[in-house]
Amino acid sequence: MTTQIRQTSTAAPAPDPSGRARGRRRSERAGIGDPHAQPWIYAVLGVGLIVLVGPFLWMLLGSFRPNRELKEVPPSWLPQHPTLSNYTKLFSQLDFPTFFVNSVVVAVAITVGNLVFCSMLGYALAKLDFPGKRTIFVLVLGTLMVPGVVTFVPLFVLVSNLGLANSFPGLIFPFLAGPFGVFLLRQFIQGLPDELIQAARVDGASEFRIFRSIMLPLCRPALATLGILTFLTSWNMFLWPLVVAQSQDHYTLPVALAIYSIGENKSDYGLLMAGSVVIVVPVLLVFLALQKHFVRGIAMTGIK
Amino acid sequence: MATAVAGRAPAPRRRPRARVRRREALAGYAFSLPFLLLFLVFTVGPVLSSFGMSFTDLRSADVSRPLSVNGVGLANYTKVLHDESFRQAVLNTAYFVLVGVPLTMGLALAVAVGLNSGITRFKALFRVGYYLPVVTSIVAVAVVWRFLLEPDSGLVNTVLGYVGVDGPSWLRDETWAMPSLIVMSAWRNMGTLVIIFLAGLQGVPREMHEAAAIDGAGAWGRFRHITVPVMRPALLFGAVITSIGYLQFFEEPFVMTRGGPLDKTLSVSLYAYNQFGFGNYSYAAAMAYVLFLAIVVLTLVQFRLLGSRD
Repeated sequence: MTTQIRQTSTAAPAPDPSGRARGRRRSERAGIGDPHAQPWIYAVLGVGLIVLVGPFLWMLLGSFRPNRELKEVPPSWLPQHPTLSNYTKLFSQLDFPTFFVNSVVVAVAITVGNLVFCSMLGYALAKLDFPGKRTIFVLVLGTLMVPGVVTFVPLFVLVSNLGLANSFPGLIFPFLAGPFGVFLLRQFIQGLPDELIQAARVDGASEFRIFRSIMLPLCRPALATLGILTFLTSWNMFLWPLVVAQSQDHYTLPVALAIYSIGENKSDYGLLMAGSVVIVVPVLLVFLALQKHFVRGIAMTGIK
Repeated sequence: MATAVAGRAPAPRRRPRARVRRREALAGYAFSLPFLLLFLVFTVGPVLSSFGMSFTDLRSADVSRPLSVNGVGLANYTKVLHDESFRQAVLNTAYFVLVGVPLTMGLALAVAVGLNSGITRFKALFRVGYYLPVVTSIVAVAVVWRFLLEPDSGLVNTVLGYVGVDGPSWLRDETWAMPSLIVMSAWRNMGTLVIIFLAGLQGVPREMHEAAAIDGAGAWGRFRHITVPVMRPALLFGAVITSIGYLQFFEEPFVMTRGGPLDKTLSVSLYAYNQFGFGNYSYAAAMAYVLFLAIVVLTLVQFRLLGSRD
C-alpha cells in the first residue's frame, strides 16, 4: 500500500487544470529549496498521510469482518468473509438508533444556543460601550483556561439539585454559553465598520434591529465556523454525558460506545468498530463538505 | 445599503450625547444578559464553589443534606500531597506533557514546513488527511487504537513483524503503555497545529529566504534564523493550547487502559474523576484545583519563554 501511494504522489503528475495558478505557484516557489527535494517531501508527507488515515481504513475494514476473523493471527488485509452482522447487531440488538438521535438533539441544541448567545455578547463587547464591559470580557476569557475537572463536580451537584440529572436539559444547559464563541465573534465583529451602526441609528433603527438585520448577516462566515466547531465538539463530547446520562434512553453515541468498550462487549471488536464508524462518518462528511471553515476558524482565533 | 451609508454618514450628530450613551449602555446590558446568566450559573458558579468545596469534607452522601458538611481547612490539599497514587498521577501527567507536547509540535512543524515548501499537488488532500483525526470522537479513536495495538492480532505488531521486530503488548506493558498513549495523542492532535503553523508560515517573507540563500545560508540556517523567529507567535499559541489540553488528558487512559497497568497511565484528571466516582467530592475538587494551578503556571512560563523578546 505504501509504495502504491508513493508512486501516485511522486510520479504521474496529472496536468494542472489552471495554468495560471501553476505559473503563480511556480514563481512563489522560486528560490526556496531545490526542485529535486520535492519527491522526498512527497514521499515523507505521503507516508505520514498513510499513518494518519490508516487507522480509519482499518476501522472501516474491521467493521465488516466477523469476530472470528478479527482475532486471526496474523490479520488479513481485506475482510475474507465480509458481513454486515456487526451493523445489524448495533441497530437491532443494541439501541443505536436512539443513541444517534440523542447525539443529534444534544449537539444541535448546544450549537443553536452558542450561535444565539455568543453572537449577542460578542456584538455587545465589540461594538457597544457600557460600564463593566472589560470585566465581562476578561471574566469570560479567563474561563477558557479552566480545566473541565474543576467545574465538573459542582456542576454535577448543581444539575442533580435542579432535578436535571439524566435529562436532556441536564446534558445541554451547561454548554449553551461557551467562552470560545464569544471570543471568536468579538474578534470578527470588531473588524466590521462602525459606520454601519451609526448610519442605522441615524435612520432610527432599534438596537435589536441593528443586530438582527445588519450585524448577523455580516457575521455569517464567523457563525458558520462557530456552528461547525461547536457541533463537532458537542457531538464528540464525552465526560459530561457519561456522568449525566444514567439510563440508556439518554446515552449519546460516545457514551454508549465507551460503555460497551469497557463492559461486556469489551473484546467484541467487530461491534466496536461498527460503532466507531457510526460516530465518525457523519462528522467526516460534515468536515469534508465544510473544511474551509475549520481552517478559517483556527486562523481567526489563533493568530490574531 | 452601501449607498444609504455613504449618503447618511455625514449627517450631523445633534442628539444629546448622554441619551445616546444611555441607550447604547442599555442595549449592551440587554445583549449581554442571556449569556451572562447561563455563564454565571453553569461556569462561574461551579468554578467558585469548586474552590470552596475543596476546603470542606463534602461527600456524595452530603449533597442532599448540606448542613452536615464541615470546613476542614487545607486538609484535602495536604492529603493530596501525601497521596501515593496522586504522586504517581502527577509523574505520569508530567511524562505525558513533557514528551507529548514537543513530539506533537515537532511533527506538526515538520509537516507544515513540508506542505509550505512549494509542493503543488495533493496539498488539499494532505491538509484534510492530517486534520482528520482531530475532528473524530476520542472514544472512537481510542477504541480503534486499542484494536490496532492488540499484541497478537493487532496491525501494529503485524507490521513490526514484517521487519523482524517482536512488538510488546503495548497497552498491557508497564513500560510501553504510556508511550503508546503519547504517540496516539500526537497522531490525534497534530492536525490543529499543522494548520496554525501553516498560517504562521504565510507570514515568513520569501524575499528574506531568497536573500539569505544568495548569501549562502543553508536550509537549516534559514529555518533557524528566519522561519522560527517569524513564527514565534504561532509556536507560542500552539505550545499553550497543546499543553493545556495535554495536562488535562483523561479520555485516552479512561477508554484504553483505565489508568493501568499498575497505575502507569493514571493521569491527574482520571484520578480526580475516580475520586469523584468514589463519592469523595471535596477531595476531587482539591485535586482539580491543583491541576488548574499547574495549567496557569505552565501557561505563564511559556509566555515568558516564548513570548516576544522586544
